[in-house]
Amino acid sequence: MLITQLKDRDTIRSLTAGKKVFIINCHGCREVYFPLEEAADLQTELASAGQVCGVVTTDYICNPENMELRFSKYKEQIEAADLVMVFSCGVGVQTVAAYLEEKTVLAGCDTVRLPGAQGVTPLEYDCGQCGECYLNLTGGICPITACSKSLVNGQCGGAKHGKCEVDSDMECGWERIYRRLEKIGRLDALNCPTQIRNYATDDEV
Amino acid sequence: MKITELFERGEFVVSAEVGPPKGIHIEHLLEEAKTYLSGITAVNVTDNQSSVMRLGSLATCKALLDEGLTPIFQLTCRDRNRIALQSDLLSAAMLGIENVLLLTGDHTKLGDHPQAKPVFDLDSVSLLHTACLLEQGVDLGGNELVGEPPKFAKGAVVSPCSDSVDAQLSKMERKVRAGADYFQTQAVYEPEKFIKFMEKASQFGKPVQLGIVIPKSAGMAKYMNDNVAGIHVPQEMIDELKADKEKTKAGITGVEIAARIIRECRPYCQGVHIMALGWESKVPALLEQAGI
Repeated sequence: MLITQLKDRDTIRSLTAGKKVFIINCHGCREVYFPLEEAADLQTELASAGQVCGVVTTDYICNPENMELRFSKYKEQIEAADLVMVFSCGVGVQTVAAYLEEKTVLAGCDTVRLPGAQGVTPLEYDCGQCGECYLNLTGGICPITACSKSLVNGQCGGAKHGKCEVDSDMECGWERIYRRLEKIGRLDALNCPTQIRNYATDDEV
Repeated sequence: MKITELFERGEFVVSAEVGPPKGIHIEHLLEEAKTYLSGITAVNVTDNQSSVMRLGSLATCKALLDEGLTPIFQLTCRDRNRIALQSDLLSAAMLGIENVLLLTGDHTKLGDHPQAKPVFDLDSVSLLHTACLLEQGVDLGGNELVGEPPKFAKGAVVSPCSDSVDAQLSKMERKVRAGADYFQTQAVYEPEKFIKFMEKASQFGKPVQLGIVIPKSAGMAKYMNDNVAGIHVPQEMIDELKADKEKTKAGITGVEIAARIIRECRPYCQGVHIMALGWESKVPALLEQAGI
């Protein structure tokens, strides 16, 4: 069970300022609470500023096959966008980011854990439900789940031939992040301020 | 004495590393350090190196300090949350230990307690940031410290021969912005790679100490090539170690190789950091051959 919360509006405004945005809403599983009204309100604001070049509201984007099928008819609109903003849990954002590998894919929500049964079973991607989604700083690859140490300020010195020191079958998450940021021309994201996790988030829900 | 003062004076700073024992008897460690390492600038003390539980780094630093040596307190984020990390930094300052090396740390799975909980509440970058806050008299929770704040020479590490060197440089830049005063590197066996790395790293304007591990045998070199991140021993060095087994066993070949690497890299860096891994007795010969 998890909850998605809209990111701070100023954060979203600064991420999208002057950009053409393609919006993806995932109203997939009943186990996930989605901030319907707040998201709609924010998207209306972006649309009235003439920034929105397409919106798709769908479900289960965490399923890559399902997602590809649904998105195929929006190809041109996505192509025309400077960035794609996904309003879903962290798994959905990562699935879209991997699919649109040439695009900047941003998260519009933070995903917060809610104790109890897990809703969807993630396929390839995992969301740590940390409540302070880092995907906008990391090219849509989650450092919490893709890095064995869940590091949020870049790679450690432990990767050998691109593999993690803990598991030689696992690619170094931060090398993946670096390559992806390089590909989408966003290495500047690594110039962000020093990140410090907030473990108090759970209690505030 | 802070080692940053020596960098500022333009001195070529030499440090070496010691690893505390798994037990409470450090007479041997102190004796070796006094005998072989008293001529160098500072002695790093590892913090449960390779995630193997040992005597503490801080206590060992204090024992070295009492013997008149200058310790560098290595502090990793693997075993302590932000409260314990800050507390240990304050403890170090109170004991007169001014040199610190702040690291993320190996994962617990690599050591002798693979069942342990890996902490990583902070990482090397946020720990540097935190040390800077303490120096300003504030902790990470935003609370003021009582009295004169501590002052440190804050070191960090970087891996210049890593196969993802651009990502390493990016991380180094983050460490500089977070407050790193100087760097020590992973062991270097490829001077040309190190020199290329330094061409890019020099833009940060922070002193860098070349990392040296004396190669003890061809087997050790091959082991590092297969298992240790950021290290590649070229085949011709492995052949050199194989050529005369007696000479290699006596440490002569390893010292020759290490001295050669130091001489080649010296014009491009501001110091050398020797990880002798039990061969502390070879350090004086190495420095002599390297012309330091």
